[in-house]
Amino acid sequence: MNHPTDTSVPLLAARDLTKSHGRTPALRGASLELREGEILAVTGPSGSGKSTLLHCLAGIVRPDGGSVAYGGERLDRLPEKRLSELRRTEFGVVFQFGQLIPELTALDNVALPLLLAGTARGQAQAKAGEWLERFGVRGQGELRPGEMSGGQAQRVSLARALVTGPRIVFADEPTGALDSLAGEQVMSALVHTARETGTAVLLITHDAQVAAYADREVQVRDGAVVPQGVAV
Amino acid sequence: MIAMSTRHILLGLLAGGPSHGYDLKRRHDERFPQARPLAYGQVYTTLQRLVRDGLAEIEGTDSDGGPERTMYRSTDEGGRELEKWAAEIAPPAPFVTNEIFAKVVVSILAGGDPAAYLQAQRTAHMERMRQLTAVKTAQGADLATVLSADYALNHLDADLRWMTTTAARLTTLTTEVYAS
Repeated sequence: MNHPTDTSVPLLAARDLTKSHGRTPALRGASLELREGEILAVTGPSGSGKSTLLHCLAGIVRPDGGSVAYGGERLDRLPEKRLSELRRTEFGVVFQFGQLIPELTALDNVALPLLLAGTARGQAQAKAGEWLERFGVRGQGELRPGEMSGGQAQRVSLARALVTGPRIVFADEPTGALDSLAGEQVMSALVHTARETGTAVLLITHDAQVAAYADREVQVRDGAVVPQGVAV
Repeated sequence: MIAMSTRHILLGLLAGGPSHGYDLKRRHDERFPQARPLAYGQVYTTLQRLVRDGLAEIEGTDSDGGPERTMYRSTDEGGRELEKWAAEIAPPAPFVTNEIFAKVVVSILAGGDPAAYLQAQRTAHMERMRQLTAVKTAQGADLATVLSADYALNHLDADLRWMTTTAARLTTLTTEVYAS
């Protein structure tokens, strides 16, 4: 496993990313860097390209042009098998609507990434239980996603994203479907855990109050990251 | 406006029983953690005015081993005044003194760069919002701290949303400012 640890080198660096959906350009030369343990907010209006940027950075989609470097590897050039391994072991992803598997209990949802990585069932479930505890939803372990509140389901999603001990958590509008109090609880849980574990977080949001949990903010406009100090 | 608030807040703090100026100041600063701390002078002046207006009276003195302190207590009239004030609607501000908007307009008039100003202002707002978020999410932060930080965060957020809309409409605003 190639874990980048030199803090002078960005953990993740994107350069001049371009990506179109059909004929519609979503990214037009986006560049950014994420450092080890940093919590970075990527903000911008709807349709600015933030989610596409996250998908390219997390290796979920390949950019049409530009590069994404992670610990000496070019994500944009990696074979699918290696990308999939990275997504399973070194990246965690949280989406707006959680995207938990509805047929599985909270405990099994959190255990799943460990099972996929080859951990024995009993061990995976014990570790999943610890992570549910950490996010204050141990009592919901036997519930299915449809039986939980939005805030509880999202905390289960955070547990699932962090259970493998990833280097980076990618969170795409993680509080977008929650009321403000549930959103605060989710953000506090995410930020406290990321700080404790030294996990970097790339947080996509259109909400300034959510962005204020981050160490730093970059703004995306029309598919590109606005350089600091430049008017938009 | 500030004097009126201080007057009623002190009456509110006296509602629980007699107290002296030092204690009132300390309790005020604890209850309203993000507010500007009360100055001792302001506390004593306000207490004297409450006595003058019949809303509070001197209970006696208390030394408690240290220097002698004047104890104050609320009168029945003070209790009625407090009840009336607490139930009164605070008028939603009809006019907002908006320094940011003034700077945008002045910048347009002077041929400056209002977009750059708005972006710099946004950065300053975000920095303050990060500080307030750190205050309210710190281990052991009490609810009064959380709620007062939330109040400030919501107002800064409203400013930010207004700045975003204004930045998107600068071209039209510039045309209007030059046309008038």
